[in-house]
Amino acid sequence: MAILDKKSKVALTDPLMKNNPISLQVLGICSALAVTVQLNTAVVMTLAVVSVLSVSNTVISLLRTMIPGKVRIIVQLSVIATLVILTDQILQAYMYDISKQLSVFVALIITNCIVMGRAEAFAMQNPPGKSFLDGFGNGLGYGGILISVAFFRELLGNGSIYGYNVIPESLYAAGYQNMGIMVLSPGAFIILGLIVWVHRIASGIKED
Amino acid sequence: MHSNRYTIGFMAIVTVLLGSFLSVAAGSLKDMQDLNVENDSKKNILACLGFKEDSENPWSPEDIQNIFNKNINSIVLDIRGNKTSIDPKTVDAETDLQNFPIYISKVDDEVQGYAIPISGKGLWSTLYGYFAIEPDGITAKGITFYAHKETPGLGGEVDKAWFQNNFIGKKFINENGDLVGIKVVKGKADPSSYYEVDGISGATVTSKGLESFLVDDLKKYEPFFKNIREG
Repeated sequence: MAILDKKSKVALTDPLMKNNPISLQVLGICSALAVTVQLNTAVVMTLAVVSVLSVSNTVISLLRTMIPGKVRIIVQLSVIATLVILTDQILQAYMYDISKQLSVFVALIITNCIVMGRAEAFAMQNPPGKSFLDGFGNGLGYGGILISVAFFRELLGNGSIYGYNVIPESLYAAGYQNMGIMVLSPGAFIILGLIVWVHRIASGIKED
Repeated sequence: MHSNRYTIGFMAIVTVLLGSFLSVAAGSLKDMQDLNVENDSKKNILACLGFKEDSENPWSPEDIQNIFNKNINSIVLDIRGNKTSIDPKTVDAETDLQNFPIYISKVDDEVQGYAIPISGKGLWSTLYGYFAIEPDGITAKGITFYAHKETPGLGGEVDKAWFQNNFIGKKFINENGDLVGIKVVKGKADPSSYYEVDGISGATVTSKGLESFLVDDLKKYEPFFKNIREG
């Protein structure tokens, strides 16, 4: 990381743990609940958000001196919406099965508070390089939580990890059952709540 | 502070640039997406007719095309069950009440099964799938769903193998020759019953919906299957 100066490094690494968009700022919860039933949808969603967020931050940062203040939100939204539609189209063309499972949630990246939040809070004030890192870091911070939630939901709800069954048949024979609640939204709330809790204890952050 | 003229000019340029970028991208991906949709429905037709892909060795898009073209005959029936020369691709099976596409699986000119498109309301959404019928015109050969937005784990179980396998071997025509469809019962179905399958717990509305649109769709093809039953 020696190639990055201190501020860039902070832009990249802060959102991973210290200032995680989901577990600390509690943004982007809607999709975190919806696409975390299985790991593979969570991974593809992560890739989609990371690419949209890095590119949108970079583009908006490049335009930041040209964007008229009055219409800046509209410009940000247009850039984000364009990238999201593009991502959705690419998924439909190259990863059709997964795009079917993600259904509306790819399109809903447009309204993901993290994307607009970073555009408004970071990319409008910082140069493109740093904005790219900030977008990339926030995307990963979001994705990290998404993938952890999906890991537990798929394991407990379906008995599998990334589609491979990991719970031995003998355990089912002994009376073990998959937890149905884990495949429903309340399961995501419970797992997410636990992750936020553990994260806050680990990082020692307290709300006033 | 930028002037109004600048703001309007800026927005116009942004809109035109982003818009043309998107239309070029969408245009160049269109063929690939259409092919995916087509392959997906072909794969579902094949699946309900009993062509299963090996999970270790999934079909490539070319495989799907080859297997489909080799084994499946797509035709459109009219309201009396007679064959027409209409291209099945031009028929919207969900809304068309005059023309009914049917997919016939044949080996050496001997019919192995028929697949018909089925669709209708569940709890949250319209379900789309295919229902396959044995050459006798009485017995279910298989059922698949390729699109629905039912609750995962509840109504969403319709696309799981355990539920779909229940239908295989059930009969939708009773002893008197009447079309009765297949009942999705609450809990476990009586194993000796010919026209009942296990229900999905917590998904009564989806199950009832499926039951009723399955009968409705079978009715459209009844003239055709009646001819087959009567030889």
